[in-house]
Amino acid sequence: MFFKPSCFAAVSLAFAASLAQAQISDGVVKIGVLSDMSSLYSDIGGGGSVVAARMAIADFPAKGMKVELVSADHLNKPDVGSSIARQWYDVDKVDVIVDVPTSSIALAISQITREKGKAFLVSGAATSDLTGKACSPNTIHWTYDTWMLANGTGNAIVKTGGDSWYFITADYAFGLALERDTEAVVLKHGGKVLGKVRHPLNAQDFSSFLLQAQASKAKIIGLANAGGDTTNSIKQAAEFGIVKGGQSLAGMLVFLSDIHGLGLDKAQGLIFTETFYWDLNDQTRAFAKRFAAANSGKYPTMVQAGVYSAITHYLKAVQAGKTDDGTKVIAKMKELPTDDPLFGKGTVRADGRKLHPAYLVEVKKPSESKGPYDYYKIRATIPADQAFRPLNEGGCPLVK
Amino acid sequence: MEIFGIPTQALFGQLLIGLINGSFYALLSLGLAVIFGLLNIINFTHGAQYMMGAFCAYFLLTKLGIGYWWALAIAPLAVGTIGMVIERLMLARLYKLDHLYGLLLTFGLALIIQGLFRNEYGTSGIPYALPQELSGGRNLGFMFLPNYRAWVILASIVVCLATWFVIEKTRLGAYLRAATENPQLVQAFGINVPRMITLTYGFGVALAAFAGVMAAPIYQVNPLMGADLIIVVFAVVVIGGMGSIMGSIVTGFALGLIEGLTKVFYPEASNTVIFIIMAIVLMIKPAGLFGTQR
Repeated sequence: MFFKPSCFAAVSLAFAASLAQAQISDGVVKIGVLSDMSSLYSDIGGGGSVVAARMAIADFPAKGMKVELVSADHLNKPDVGSSIARQWYDVDKVDVIVDVPTSSIALAISQITREKGKAFLVSGAATSDLTGKACSPNTIHWTYDTWMLANGTGNAIVKTGGDSWYFITADYAFGLALERDTEAVVLKHGGKVLGKVRHPLNAQDFSSFLLQAQASKAKIIGLANAGGDTTNSIKQAAEFGIVKGGQSLAGMLVFLSDIHGLGLDKAQGLIFTETFYWDLNDQTRAFAKRFAAANSGKYPTMVQAGVYSAITHYLKAVQAGKTDDGTKVIAKMKELPTDDPLFGKGTVRADGRKLHPAYLVEVKKPSESKGPYDYYKIRATIPADQAFRPLNEGGCPLVK
Repeated sequence: MEIFGIPTQALFGQLLIGLINGSFYALLSLGLAVIFGLLNIINFTHGAQYMMGAFCAYFLLTKLGIGYWWALAIAPLAVGTIGMVIERLMLARLYKLDHLYGLLLTFGLALIIQGLFRNEYGTSGIPYALPQELSGGRNLGFMFLPNYRAWVILASIVVCLATWFVIEKTRLGAYLRAATENPQLVQAFGINVPRMITLTYGFGVALAAFAGVMAAPIYQVNPLMGADLIIVVFAVVVIGGMGSIMGSIVTGFALGLIEGLTKVFYPEASNTVIFIIMAIVLMIKPAGLFGTQR
């Protein structure tokens, strides 16, 4: 039901056999995009991640290497995600799994990938544990993580006077990690946390939680959730007069698609951190235009851009290392510097953390926006070496 | 003053919120109960029809410039009509078979409808503005009550009680109930039973669409809004007693309250508490709190 080989993008003609092919298992590099295709995170990754993967494969000068793409829906359930991953690795000869929003599923698949000696490129999931205590020689965490969000957004807010916080947190691995990392930033800068409430994933009605936050009289209500949970929280906070009452909302993880869904009216003034925005430079604009044409007009989120960038670097490493053995490719990916049109030049660290700059953005007022998807003002750029958690603080066993 | 460590003021607020959510449960489970109680169809498309109601309001506003108040009347009519077409063309063929076939058909339809909308509109949702007249709110002392939420409670109670009155206390309702018991006999009295059944199904669906329009300004208009709610609403109907009109209204509001309290005392369990209650009720009273064994 949830397994669908969506497309087979044979990039080049098979008879152009090169040396590289000899070490590639069954002659094909097989990429599996595993994402939420049908529920609350599907606009963040989902079909758009498949579009991005297809573009990365098409753009890559394959020189005779054969690349195939499959995709599946993990329904936001760790058991479903794990069984698809096992089937892909054991039966379908998939070499690398990409994307996987929902941290609980990403943690499970990271473990399976390590057992099977394959490769795992995380773009959608957020928990910083993927490069911390749960790091793996077979996993690279590509686009963003909870530490980076907490550091970027938390720092900016505490420094401008938002020193008392109340958290509304999604009650699973991702929300808890985001809350933990943000709390650490708040406390470090002399702020305090007055309370927290944990809601089930995909909760719809947030008024109860918002009233609890209101009663705490905290200056900042930190939303440690994502997707539909965040947009509903923001919308209902406006309804209950929370922002008018003097409290501010901090969306700890907000995507371009969320702002599009909320509308600038409700979203204006929000401050948060992203690692990609389509309107950064000519290259990102050109990519976004091509992407939107293939994705029914929707512009890329940072997760989808991350999928493109991760697959580009993966294929480069397979070509350079002349192998698709998971452990060896990941090692090669860490050895080679990264360079692509979306994230620019960067590196992959020993713990599996991909490093690139992060952007503190502010949502434009409706009057400032020139049209759909013209949503962000870049307030600050956080350089790659400061955007992510220092190597020695994550507790990753791979780092000695 | 405090109750279990929660100030009473805050508790009042939470109870009121529970009541608001209960209004939606009551409206939706009422439609399900009407359709099940009178037609014996387990209508799994109910969630999709609720979503279609919200989308209908959105289309009316963006394509035709028709606002919220008209949408409250037009969307139930439009979606109800679509429901009646579905009943005539598909459901009517299944009445002689086991309930399960109706359930499978409506479940399949729900997946198809949701899939089509999701494909077109994604899952981030689309904003739908509050009607001007109901924006803002008032300070009740213990909480800030948005006017729109107050309207939701009021409208829901009126619609629920009116439906109950029509079905249980009027001649039309008596015909309906008789037609469920013994269609042949009622037909023999010169009443067009198939037409009555079609209209009843249409009415149940219209209730779902009405709830959808009510929900549009609060939540995002989202292809998945019904899928998220339908399972909970089914639990409400089961607890109230399948087919019991008053049962579904009372349990709808009561479970909204209980869920609201859970959000204060143990928020992690707020999406499971209804199912725990359902399990307990089924063990003690398998026909539901207000149901009668058939």
